[in-house]
Amino acid sequence: MAAAKLSLREITVVFRARRAPEVVAIDRLSLDVADREIVSIVGPSGCGKSTLLRLVAGLVRPSAGEILLDGRVVTDPGAERGMVFQSYTLFPWLTVQGNVEFGPRIRGMPEEHCREVAARYIQMVGLTGFERAYPKELSGGMMQRVAIARALANDPEVLLMDEPFGALDAQTRAFMQELLLDIWQKTPKTILFVTHDIDEALFLGSRVYVMTARPGRLRAEVSVALPRPRTLEITTSEEFVAIKRRVLAMIREEAGKALGMETAPAVP
Amino acid sequence: MSLAQVRPSSPRRARRTIWDVLRPHEPIPRGTYLAILAGSGLGMVAAWCALTYGGVVAPLFLPSPTTTIRSGITLVADGTLLQNAEASLSVIVTGWALAVVAGVPIGILMGSFKAVEALIEPVIDFVRYLPVSALIPLLILYIGIGTAEKVAVIFIGTFFQLVLLVADVAAHVPREQIDVSYTLGASRAQVIRRVLLPATLPGVMDTLRITMGWAWTYLVVAELVSADRGLGFMILDSMRGFFVDRIFVGLATIGGLGLGFDLAFKWLHRRLLPWSPKA
Ligand SMILES: Nc1ncnc2c1ncn2[C@@H]1O[C@H](COP(=O)(O)OP(=O)(O)OP(=O)(O)O)[C@@H](O)[C@H]1O
Ligand SMILES: [Mg+2]
Repeated sequence: MAAAKLSLREITVVFRARRAPEVVAIDRLSLDVADREIVSIVGPSGCGKSTLLRLVAGLVRPSAGEILLDGRVVTDPGAERGMVFQSYTLFPWLTVQGNVEFGPRIRGMPEEHCREVAARYIQMVGLTGFERAYPKELSGGMMQRVAIARALANDPEVLLMDEPFGALDAQTRAFMQELLLDIWQKTPKTILFVTHDIDEALFLGSRVYVMTARPGRLRAEVSVALPRPRTLEITTSEEFVAIKRRVLAMIREEAGKALGMETAPAVP
Repeated sequence: MSLAQVRPSSPRRARRTIWDVLRPHEPIPRGTYLAILAGSGLGMVAAWCALTYGGVVAPLFLPSPTTTIRSGITLVADGTLLQNAEASLSVIVTGWALAVVAGVPIGILMGSFKAVEALIEPVIDFVRYLPVSALIPLLILYIGIGTAEKVAVIFIGTFFQLVLLVADVAAHVPREQIDVSYTLGASRAQVIRRVLLPATLPGVMDTLRITMGWAWTYLVVAELVSADRGLGFMILDSMRGFFVDRIFVGLATIGGLGLGFDLAFKWLHRRLLPWSPKA
């Protein structure tokens, strides 16, 4: 691999709360992401996936280790690392339009540019006609699409996505997956994509990292050598299914550990 | 699945029973709501009529609606009511507005910055447990029994509570809204101005409404202790002459003004913050 765009070196994150045992959320985790690569991250609930993205975003400082972006140590958040959060984070006092143009606006882009960018991304996520709606008037799935448009409109180099399609129905989800790849083909970004859905992880990613149950470590790295541009048809291909079977077996084992079982039930 | 488990889908019946109206958190038809509302109001008036015209309670203790209304007309006609209401209103609005101007910024700072919280929380937590009524003698000693003293009572009564309520509102701005603005490139100043401040607006509006309600309580306490005008004074003065009907006019005016303020705040909330979940 060429010099990595993003590189995590021996990262450990320990949460200390008063009157609670410390939680080792991430334990000596290292990974590299190449420029304009999509890497998916899967793992059992609570294994530190969100924490990993927050680290890269600069919202959490590692207890040990360092994160490098283009060879420079990341210490603070910045507009070049956009994030779509797992929960709803739209600003309720701004309309759909206001939310999407929030980034360009605070960075002092001219009015006209902001409006044009907002219109483009609102259209991309299929919400034309809702520009003047407030978040409280939208469904959960619509809100999440606005959050995605908001992150994209800021044109970050690295996009951190924390189960962004989790709240969407199957059709919208499939539509958004293809849309994301489409946008990525046109304006390639480095994307770290956390998901519970293995199909989604394999369909989007060039590689999939499987994390262990807490404390989060890397259990395995699976390369998804499927040709691009991809359409959802490939999810039924033999190659895809074979990779999926391998990843599933690993996840099942980790999920079993997470629930306190010594060994996972036999996988047929 | 066995056949016995298959149930015919029962279409929702339009017929309502009392149980449909009593589902937790379930909205009820607007007509039903208004009917209950009107029933409650009319019920109160009916009870009043029954108690007074029916002779259950002596007029000395509870005046009848007609006496009260007649007395109200007299008090409006001779200017007494308006004069007193105006005196009370100007005191209340001044004291409350001063508390708001000082308290809202301090509250937002306190809820947003742990350092500010540590700095002022001890003072505020101490003072807010001192009942304002206990401070009135001291205030009279310091600034006399004029308007300034009453304004000070209202200010002290509302300021400390307001700071704590606003601080709580600011502390509950969702962490993730702040985080996401950082990842969109916002500076710390931008986060405060463009995220923290607007996010607190609905809560601050509610706080303004609630503290205005308390301000009335403190006002009447202050006026009962020492005053030569105001609605509280009017009530006390009427008691001395056993003009129970006038007391009731005074109470109705206070209640009416309070309700008016409450409705005005709710209306403003809807008008100014159409995006708020409560609007
Ligand atoms: N601010 C915090 N303080 C204390 N512990 C935390 C904090 N944030 C996360 N943790 C702990 O770190 C661990 C990892 O949390 P994280 O949110 O990263 O998991 P996740 O993999 O994203 O889970 P999910 O799939 O359910 O979203 C959890 O055990 C959690 O309790
Ligand atoms: Mg998570």
